[in-house]
Amino acid sequence: MAAAIKQPGWIRGLLGAVLAAAFGVGLVVVLRDISGLPIWQTEQTGYPHVVVPLITGPLGFLAGFGCFDYWLRWAVGMPTIPDDHSQHGAKSWRDYFRFNTDHKVIGIQYIVTTFFFFFIGGLLAMLIRAELAQPGTQIVDASTFNGLFSTHAVLMIFVFVIPVFAGIANYVLPLMIGAPDMAFPRLNALSFWMLPLAGLLFIGSYLAPGGAFDAGWTGYAPLSTGAPLGQSFFNLGVQFAGASSIATALNFLVTIITMRAPGMTFWRMPLLVWANLSTSLLVVAATPFIAGAQFMVLFDRALGTQFFEPLGGGDVISYQHIFWFYSHPAVYIMMLPGFGIISEVISTHARKPIFGYRLMALALIGIVVLSYSVWAHHMFVAGMFSWLRVPMMITTLLIAVPTGIKIFSWLGTLYFGKIHTYSTAMLFSLAFIVTFTIGGISGVMLGMVPIDIHVSDTYFIVAHIHFVLFGGSVFTIFAGIYHWFPKMTGRMYDEKLGRVHFWGTVIGTWGTFIPMHWVGMDGMPRRVADYAEQFGNWNLLISCFAFMLGACQLVFLYNMVVSWRYGPRADGNPWRAKTIEWQVSSPPPIFNFDEIPRVVGGPYEFGVPGARHAIMAGEGDQVAKPEPTVVSQA
Amino acid sequence: MMGRLPIAKMFAATIVLTVLISVVMVPINWNGQGASTAAPKIDTLLDVMIVLSAFVFSLVMVMLFYALWKFKAKPGDESDGEPIHGNTRLEVAWTLIPTIIVLFGGAYSWAVLNDIEEPAKDPITVDVFSQQFAWSFGYPGKGNAYSEGELHVPLDRQVHFKMHALDVLHSFWVPEWRIKKDNVPGITTTAIVTPDKLGTYQLICTELCGFGHSAMRATVVVETPADFRKWVTGLKEKIPPPYLETIRQDTETDPIPLGAGGG
Repeated sequence: MAAAIKQPGWIRGLLGAVLAAAFGVGLVVVLRDISGLPIWQTEQTGYPHVVVPLITGPLGFLAGFGCFDYWLRWAVGMPTIPDDHSQHGAKSWRDYFRFNTDHKVIGIQYIVTTFFFFFIGGLLAMLIRAELAQPGTQIVDASTFNGLFSTHAVLMIFVFVIPVFAGIANYVLPLMIGAPDMAFPRLNALSFWMLPLAGLLFIGSYLAPGGAFDAGWTGYAPLSTGAPLGQSFFNLGVQFAGASSIATALNFLVTIITMRAPGMTFWRMPLLVWANLSTSLLVVAATPFIAGAQFMVLFDRALGTQFFEPLGGGDVISYQHIFWFYSHPAVYIMMLPGFGIISEVISTHARKPIFGYRLMALALIGIVVLSYSVWAHHMFVAGMFSWLRVPMMITTLLIAVPTGIKIFSWLGTLYFGKIHTYSTAMLFSLAFIVTFTIGGISGVMLGMVPIDIHVSDTYFIVAHIHFVLFGGSVFTIFAGIYHWFPKMTGRMYDEKLGRVHFWGTVIGTWGTFIPMHWVGMDGMPRRVADYAEQFGNWNLLISCFAFMLGACQLVFLYNMVVSWRYGPRADGNPWRAKTIEWQVSSPPPIFNFDEIPRVVGGPYEFGVPGARHAIMAGEGDQVAKPEPTVVSQA
Repeated sequence: MMGRLPIAKMFAATIVLTVLISVVMVPINWNGQGASTAAPKIDTLLDVMIVLSAFVFSLVMVMLFYALWKFKAKPGDESDGEPIHGNTRLEVAWTLIPTIIVLFGGAYSWAVLNDIEEPAKDPITVDVFSQQFAWSFGYPGKGNAYSEGELHVPLDRQVHFKMHALDVLHSFWVPEWRIKKDNVPGITTTAIVTPDKLGTYQLICTELCGFGHSAMRATVVVETPADFRKWVTGLKEKIPPPYLETIRQDTETDPIPLGAGGG
């Protein structure tokens, strides 16, 4: 027992959580006492005895779990324990539940954890659709309903879509650039372990008096500053998810910039790497804004600051400016990595080089730059100074241009290729092009101020965001998971079940979200537990499709779980792809490469005689010098 | 490369598909009944955008499905496609043409925005008060006439709504008017509407404001100026003093929207 307490791990972690939480309570008691305040008073929204332990407890867990051991020893001058790689790699399933520094283990930890939250978020969506199947109140009251859609959105955004991309890239990206691991493996592990804590805080809000946070995922002040305790769980969960996101983005930036294999110039990087470079640039600069906004709300709630209280000199609309200064770039944080996945999948399965590779990379950078200048298009009717509307409309419309370049380039990649559609990953990629085009079109319409004035805060918005976030991001996530499943697990998934999942998901997505455009334009506002009779039939139809969509995700779950255990063995390169991660075994060796590969050409040289992307260890001299790439001009 | 594709046929297919989608979608009255001077302008903008969007969507669909039909690998064919890395002229085209389309959309939208927010010479001003979960209204003229849950406005006269939120954010939306504006604690926001059809409509709160959000509605009556005067004169209630205090305290950050004559 004593040994277990000394060793980093679950026992020490839980002990650390309890001790740190107790310290937090003690701190509040002592500070209140010396300030002359009643020790146990719990103001309606303050609850410092809960809020402070919610900060110290998770930190205590991380410390106990071993996330800071190496750094703390170094910082206090103790001899650091020489790294014997015992924290690296996974020999049994137990190693996935430890502080592990292997990027491949962390990638899988991320993906499994985020899909856990995806299924919980999906369950909440099913409850929302059950309530909305008929007008009136059937299964939940209005307050609970507000909690349902708030937690649904927050789980899906902060602990599914954003981090699952970090998980896929964690696994794939170091392999792709020929690196043995990420630049900062311990920071990488810490980033991961903050994530389940964020998810638990979001879900834990259901236990708070007053129920889960219910001011929407946007948490607009002053509804959020005056909300019951659950809102603080949201404020703090965002801090952990955000810190995790920022640390991972820094890690990706340093890894991509400094750890590429010799010969991999920027113009030889696969587009997934470009995509994660762009995403990380967005994350490091934008995420502090939402962290700040949520701290300001927390301080308004717990400390009585008046950032968003007009009578105290605060400014209500400033919350929205700060929030969207992160949250609009965030929609690209949730989309750019998906663009990268689609490029890899389409090029591989069309057996063609990416059409207009350099413009594809530049389009990503263009989106990064433009995405910082469009935030107020969420606020056309917010009552902000109205001169800002027209410039924000123009930048919003212009951002469709680099996005359009990507769509056309993927289509161009298909031409004169040999398109294989046997892989579920390719099916999702092709369907993504269709659904994302529709989501893009409704986005351009929303960018136009007069149209936005009418449909803002209606179901049209719900339809648009689900077309770009579900039909967009989540389709690319499925494409990525299917594409790299053989690499990650060393086994093949079942393509028949994949097709069932694919068609169910596509039909479910269209059936659920297309009619939402119509009811929204016709007058149904969003975020309502009850609605006018005239929308009853459409909502029943939407709910039916939504249940179907939910049910087919179980097919996906079954396919993944069973194939991981019993699927037929996959060889190193089942898709005959060119990028480096496919040139090693599946799953890759513990340190990725015996010898760092040498990159000698572009990543998508399909059909170019004798062209190579990389020369792997041991085959150096047998390979003829590649022909210079001939760019075909027709 | 382009020479080997049936460009003319693909373009024709795109046009045919665009026409088909437009013929089905444009006649549908997506936004429901219109009852303000802004409504037909916004609806026309929407129809123009539907046609342009139908063209973009058709182009993508024709390009995608032609490729899937023409370039699908034969079973057992393990060879690679042609090593085409790009085509500068094509890439410039699909950068510039969408830029022109969206800038046209932007310019058109700007013109519509200016048009619908153009202040008239003799508007009447109505105060709007929102709180969890009810609407109330103050009318111009001596005596601070006031009504709860029912808004009356005269036909064919521009109304400037000066809006005040008493607790949290709310949003003022009458779908038939196509106009929406948030009510924000601490500031006065403005919405400009010229109702042009008699009738009874619903005012809907569209900013999440708590558990009563979905029930936060009010009735809107558009009536002849004579009926309107009669109705206002008949109102017994006065704007409560705390509400008058709110009007005084709220700062007006944006009295006339920019759309209006470049102000």
